[in-house]
Amino acid sequence: MEIFGIPSQALFGQLLIGLINGSFYALLSLGLAVIFGLLNIINFTHGAQYMLGAFVAYLGLTKLGLNYWVALLITPFLVGATGVLIERTMLKQLYKLDHLYGLLLTFGLALIIQGLFRNEFGSSGMPYPVPEVFRGGFNLGFMFLPKYRAWVIVASLVVCLATWYVIERTKLGAYLRAATENPSLVQAFGINVPRMITLTYGFGVGLAALAGVMAAPIYQVNPTMGADLIIVVFAVVVIGGMGSIMGAIVTGFGLGLIEGLTKVFYPEASATVIFVIMAIVLLIKPAGLFGTQK
Amino acid sequence: MKRKLLSLAAASACALGAAAQAQVTDGVVKIGVMNDMSGLYADISGPGALVAARMAVEDFQKTSKAGLKVEVVGADHQNKPDIGSNIARTWFDVDKVDVIVDVPTSSVALAVSQVVREKNKVFLNSGAATSDLTGKACSPNTIHWTYDTYMLANGTGTAIAKTGGDTWFFLTADYAFGHALERDTEAAVVKAGGRTVGKVRTPFPTQDFSSFLLQAQASKAKIIALANAGGDTVNSIKQAAEFVITKGGQNLAGMLMFINDVHALGLNTAQGLIFTESFYWDLNDQTRAWSRRFAAAHGGKMPSMVQAGVYSSVLHYLRAVEAAKADTGTKVVDQMKAMPTDDPLFGKGSIRADGRKLHPVYLVEVKKPAESKGPWDYHKIRATIPADQAFRPLAESECPLVKK
Amino acid sequence: MNDSSKSLWVAFALMVAVFVIAPIWVYPVFLMKVMCFALFACAFNLLLGFGGLLSFGHAMFLGLAGYTSAHAAKVWGWNPELAIVFGTLCSAVLAYVAGSLAIRRQGIYFAMITLALAQMVFFFSLQAPFTGGEDGIQAVPRGKLFGFIDLANNTNMYAFVLAIFLAGFLLIWRVVHSPFGQILKAIREHQDRATSLGYDTDKYKLLAFVISGALAGTAGATKSLVFQLASLTDVHWSMSGEVVLMTLVGGMGTLFGPVAGAAVIVSMQNYLAELGAWVTIVQGVIFVICVLAFRRGIIGEIANLIKKPL
Repeated sequence: MEIFGIPSQALFGQLLIGLINGSFYALLSLGLAVIFGLLNIINFTHGAQYMLGAFVAYLGLTKLGLNYWVALLITPFLVGATGVLIERTMLKQLYKLDHLYGLLLTFGLALIIQGLFRNEFGSSGMPYPVPEVFRGGFNLGFMFLPKYRAWVIVASLVVCLATWYVIERTKLGAYLRAATENPSLVQAFGINVPRMITLTYGFGVGLAALAGVMAAPIYQVNPTMGADLIIVVFAVVVIGGMGSIMGAIVTGFGLGLIEGLTKVFYPEASATVIFVIMAIVLLIKPAGLFGTQK
Repeated sequence: MKRKLLSLAAASACALGAAAQAQVTDGVVKIGVMNDMSGLYADISGPGALVAARMAVEDFQKTSKAGLKVEVVGADHQNKPDIGSNIARTWFDVDKVDVIVDVPTSSVALAVSQVVREKNKVFLNSGAATSDLTGKACSPNTIHWTYDTYMLANGTGTAIAKTGGDTWFFLTADYAFGHALERDTEAAVVKAGGRTVGKVRTPFPTQDFSSFLLQAQASKAKIIALANAGGDTVNSIKQAAEFVITKGGQNLAGMLMFINDVHALGLNTAQGLIFTESFYWDLNDQTRAWSRRFAAAHGGKMPSMVQAGVYSSVLHYLRAVEAAKADTGTKVVDQMKAMPTDDPLFGKGSIRADGRKLHPVYLVEVKKPAESKGPWDYHKIRATIPADQAFRPLAESECPLVKK
Repeated sequence: MNDSSKSLWVAFALMVAVFVIAPIWVYPVFLMKVMCFALFACAFNLLLGFGGLLSFGHAMFLGLAGYTSAHAAKVWGWNPELAIVFGTLCSAVLAYVAGSLAIRRQGIYFAMITLALAQMVFFFSLQAPFTGGEDGIQAVPRGKLFGFIDLANNTNMYAFVLAIFLAGFLLIWRVVHSPFGQILKAIREHQDRATSLGYDTDKYKLLAFVISGALAGTAGATKSLVFQLASLTDVHWSMSGEVVLMTLVGGMGTLFGPVAGAAVIVSMQNYLAELGAWVTIVQGVIFVICVLAFRRGIIGEIANLIKKPL
């Protein structure tokens, strides 16, 4: 059966791959959106923190024998803790300055982290085995879907929706959103705003690390894995609207699908399609698809 | 790797001649080993190539009466042509290097070949694949040593096409090497009666081949050719296994594979793969003896054909330097072409007018896990292609140096 | 000349002296690299230091001009001065298009847009046949300047590059101290106030963007002739990051800052090259230190000490 001249087998296969890529875009842009929403800082270190997550999982496995599930649980907290450290010692000092300094600082930190790991591990990938439970796959007829990749889609959907729920529907989320609007007023109500900011940054970083652990069995653990990915994620966040949580999730999955479609119909453009869409969105709706003009 | 440390170590390991040859520039024969020290091709050449070069210098000094002072330095080109050509330029202008060896990654090799030609030095390429180095980009200062895309295409491509693999789909790494390999393999396949049903260019390097592999699967071609190398090849093979691409009756053909890739994949995944190589450590007593020496100096890892090629090319170069009483420029290259080659690794061979080194080539198949007696015991020799048939015939060459 | 410009002229004389005398001891190709990057950083600083606009995609101008001038010199056989002019024009056009899109937003959004646009140029360069993809455009002939001065001679090439660098630098100097430059500074300080005074701020920002992009293009075109190679490294986003670093280290908003910054960073890359990934780490550390504690940069600190503009 052919759709627009492409066999449906190829089409659905690429769409599924696109959905898998979209899961990572969504997770990463969610973390960025959360951080930007509250701190007004573009966290350029996000890609390096994603890579850190993958490496902690890899080192945990090879040096300490910690399996995938343990890594999935503790890595976000470990790497999130480094995020808290960064925020307390360095980012805090920049809040009173032009926001661009935050961008430059996190850029510098990304270079340091990436350079350190490249120095230690070279730039070819380390293998990370797929956990036992997920070996093998489902024969869907039009393609063979490895179980692990199906898990990635499900897990990231769950995490994204859970995050959205917490921020948009719970009291904690309400405090967070209020602090974004008017920090001094919220502080006057007795809420510890600086602590909330620190924890928010840590949470965003933890999300990146979680994505890193999930990526390890698919993409090979290597020091440059976050570098080029993060630029695409920036574009995703801009398209979705820089502070919008739902925007980040929907755009992440959506753009993954669009990229997959492009790979089928016009593969040469697959790397640029997200940026082209970004340019178009900026012309029509500068605040992003789900964003509100600040 | 600090260049200074390496050259000091090398110099102390070399015999210091009492009277240096007057015609040797600056009194020292300086060999520059440039390759990828930390990335995709670090295992295939990398620091191991430095080991091989130093071994060649040692072995030469043992039998030579010329009393030459020889130094070996190394540098990392990170697979980028601008870094490679910069290093070459600085090496020639400032550091007085006389010859550059190795240089994997075809785009860098082409750039370095240009600089070498401009400055009239010597380039002994062991690591790169593109047959253009002795074809339309040939140069009187460059010798292409170990292998090239024509040899791979001719060996693997023809062999597979003749035994039933007549429809091909190419996964091609999008740079000089990938394009050259795809072009030469397609030509060999067509000559053997097959045809190409599809191609896809993959960014270099790539981690995730899933969407490209799915396209290959959809094409229903009998053979999925991997026109890539190093980590790209390992990843594509691993992911093809993950997506069970070969269950549908399709077979993978790794157009350029090294023993290090088989080691990384493990025999379980790699068994049955067929490819072409010009050196295998377990070929005969001489190769075994040398390889064990190499492994002892290189963390127990057996040499790849690229590292073997570095040893062979440096050894022949030093012999030519002694005979020609010069250490750089076309004079040495012409001397190298005039002398037949002979070393324990590649046996007897020769170098043609276009800079192509000739030696026999082997079609190998990866053993099943049960057939292997231990680590690095991976290959079965299926066929030997003699030197005069393995490489592009001079009559078909596009090299302007070749008089027709 | 008045008091404040005297320090500028002294500094200029010093800079010229350094670049004229240094080739005696220092490898001239290295110095040419420094000059190309210094021009690149000065062009970038026009936009950031004086215009207050952080572009995170300036590599697209450096790289595109590099490719187009290399193509003109190699495939069309143009003389070097024409090839460089062609490269500059191409970058100017790109700057106009990119600027029109990016100017619509400010601050961080502006930076993100320039980054994404630069990525598009990167992927275009990766795939367009004329750029040679991963291989780049190799064997670019230096040619004969004006038809008779052979630039393959390193001395001639050095003089040519020095002339271009000084011309570009003086142009930026003139722009900064012109009425246009003053309005640009006013827009940087407080855009709404400038609008209320009747200035079409978008037009000024766009013009600054085009001048900056064009001069960055000149730097890129010259560089591809010096090294006879145009490659993907020049359009990669890490190159955009490097020029930000050079400007930050040298001193944003000073005329000579970017030159000092370029010299520092290029030297560091050169001498630490053997240490591989340490270069990236050191660059990151410098970024962090500059942002946290050293925001004025080298020249900025000196200017602050002597209380004169630099």
